[in-house]
Order: sequence, then C-alpha cells, then structure tokens
Amino acid sequence: MKIELSVNGERKEADVWPGESLLFTLREKLGLPGSKNACEQGECGSCSVLLDEKLVCSCLVLTAQAQGHEIVTVEGIAEDDRLHRVQEAFVQTGAVQCGFCTPGLIVATVDLLAHRPEPSDDEIREALSGNLCRCTGYQKIFDAVRLAARA
Amino acid sequence: MEVFTPRSLAEALRLKAEQPSAVPIEGGTDVMVELNFDRARPEALLNLNEVAELRGWSRDNGLLRLGASLTYTEAMAAPLSEQLPALAEASRTVGSPQIRNRGTLGGNLGTASPAGDALPPLLVEAAEVELSSVRGVRTLALEDFLVGPKRNALEADELITAVLVQPSGARQTFMKVGPRNAMVIAVCSLAVSVDQERCELRAAYGSAGPVTGLVTAPLDEVDSFPERVAEAASPIDDVRGSARYRRHALRVLAERGLQRCLT
Repeated sequence: MKIELSVNGERKEADVWPGESLLFTLREKLGLPGSKNACEQGECGSCSVLLDEKLVCSCLVLTAQAQGHEIVTVEGIAEDDRLHRVQEAFVQTGAVQCGFCTPGLIVATVDLLAHRPEPSDDEIREALSGNLCRCTGYQKIFDAVRLAARA
Repeated sequence: MEVFTPRSLAEALRLKAEQPSAVPIEGGTDVMVELNFDRARPEALLNLNEVAELRGWSRDNGLLRLGASLTYTEAMAAPLSEQLPALAEASRTVGSPQIRNRGTLGGNLGTASPAGDALPPLLVEAAEVELSSVRGVRTLALEDFLVGPKRNALEADELITAVLVQPSGARQTFMKVGPRNAMVIAVCSLAVSVDQERCELRAAYGSAGPVTGLVTAPLDEVDSFPERVAEAASPIDDVRGSARYRRHALRVLAERGLQRCLT
C-alpha cells in the first residue's frame, strides 16, 4: 500500500507492506538508517523517534498509522550542519561506545530536555529507562545529559 | 493483509461488523510485537488512532468515562491522577516513556493479560467496560469482561470504546514486583484500597491467577486481610517467579498497601 509521511519536515512516499513497522519503512524504504533495529518489541529504545512530538518506539508503530503525522528521526535532530547540543554533549563526554544505542538516546534526551530543561538525576533515569546501552556506559550518558542541560 | 483507518466511531463499528476478524490496533505495543515476530498474520488491521470519540476522558455527574485510546501517560496526569490515584501509579510502572506514550487502556483490556498493569486498579474501583457494535452499546463489570488468560468477553463485531468508573474517593495504592523499575512484566502486582465510607477493604492482584482477581473484606478485618489476599490468588510457577514466591509477595504487598492507605 502507498503511504505518505512527513519525516524531518519533508513529505515522503513509500510503498509498504500493510503490517510493516515505521522502523522498517524508515530504514529500508526511506534511506534513514539512523533509527536502529534491535529488539523489535519496544524493550531497547534504539528505534526511538518523535511522532507528533511524542517519544515512541518506531518498531511498535504501524507505518499506516503514521500517515498524515509528523515524524522526527535522529537524522532530523541536527540544525543544518551543526550538531544539536545533545549530540555535541554525547561527543564531548565520550558517551558513545559501540554507538548502537546512541541514536535512540539522543532522541530520548532531546525529548526529555524539551519538557524538563533542568532534569534531576531521577528524572534522567526515568526518562531514559526505555533505552538500553549494552556497553553499560550509563555513567557517561548521564554526564552527557547533564552537560546538554547546562549548555 | 489490509489496514483500515476509520475516521469516526460509526465507521469503525461498521468496518468491524463487516470484517469481524480485523484486529484492532491502538498503540501497537502488543499487536506490533506479534507482527514483527511473525506470530500473527491477521487478514486485516483496524487502526483506531484516528477515531476521535475514543480519545481522552470526561466526567458526567461524577462518573468518569475513560476513552479506550487513553494512554498511560495521560492516566498519569492531573487531574485524572487525583481521581484514580492507583491507576496513575500503575500507569507509571508500565514499560518506559516510549511505551506509556503509545499503550492504551483499551489495549490493556483487549489483550486481557493476567499481568495487565491497569487491570488491578480498575478492578478495585469497580470499573465497567463499555463495548460497542453496530447492534448497540453494552456495559460489563470488569470482572465479567475478563474471562481467562488473554481472553475477554468481547464479541467478534464489538470494540472496546471506554472504561466507566465512579471514583470511590477511597485511599488506594498500586504495587508491582519485578527485577527493575522499568520495562517489567509484573512478577505479581496488587492494588489495594481502604474505603472508610463503605467500610470495605478491597484488593486486586495481577500475575497471580488466570485473570486479575478481586478480594474484599469488611474494614475491621485488616489483620487477616493480607493472608486472605494470598489465599485467594492462584499463582503458577513460571519463568518470572514461583507460585510460592508470588503468594508470599502478595501477602507482603497487601500489608504494605494497607499501611499506606491507613496512615
């Protein structure tokens, strides 16, 4: 079936299988592999995107459900050629190890700071609780969120 | 496979009547997992995201009407969280922010898992489920709606449209046992309320029987209530915990819940 989506402010069209997840469409049909495919059951958060400004796992959104809605992926976070302050903070604090969880954590952190510009440690823990880092680099991820909040 | 996206409740009910095998999908937190893992290939999906009548909540003469599309994130927000505090607590324990932004009460009822986190607090508050079809609307007590593990009383042409609750105003709380705070299917869970007005203790357990179960007792039987809750449950041994552990945990949760509600 043909679907029209708005991704990172651009109108996109894709021919999708009716049972297809938004994650699959983004990665395999629209050339946006930033959202990562890991658990496909909402456990790991690597595929986090914003759907109408809400943080969601794109693996749990049926692409057909996203028709007519606004999607922002990690590729849409940077401002022109400049990294977003959250991305910059992840680089500066060394919060990236293997990097697989990073896109999801960037999107989740951007969402957190949009609602809570100065989050407490407990609020950070809660906001990022749906994103797993298999390298267990959480300490530096925390440093990155705190740095981005101050920036 | 086909996807239908109705724009109104009337259209949704008509589609469900025409194609009873269509699987309703709201937040996708259950249905999409089945699709992603090739465990289900329904002939059709009925996407309910665009049905405005199912969204949000309203109050009429004290009776709360929670739309089937109400998300856990919405159930956590005031002023609804003040009306149904145990439901708000339970919603806070669901998955992660990503899951709570998508998962809905209607989906929790449709899946009817014994571990459904919204079910114990709704049972304690004597909630009713509103079921609609082209034939009309009926309401069922939540206890009668939950008929078995992952089985409910929904007819093939019906959709869950709302949950109806008359908030008791009683002190109430929800607790859940699991290996971590986030992303946990309950090993067992318990909602407890102490209703001073009706002189009643109420508790509903999750993940400790084939369906979420309700236990009640007069207010003056506080001391024996934890034991009564543990005895009423019929837990099994599985990967998440043993039956013996679950009974023990329910006893402890009931004690703690009563303490919270009585002080």
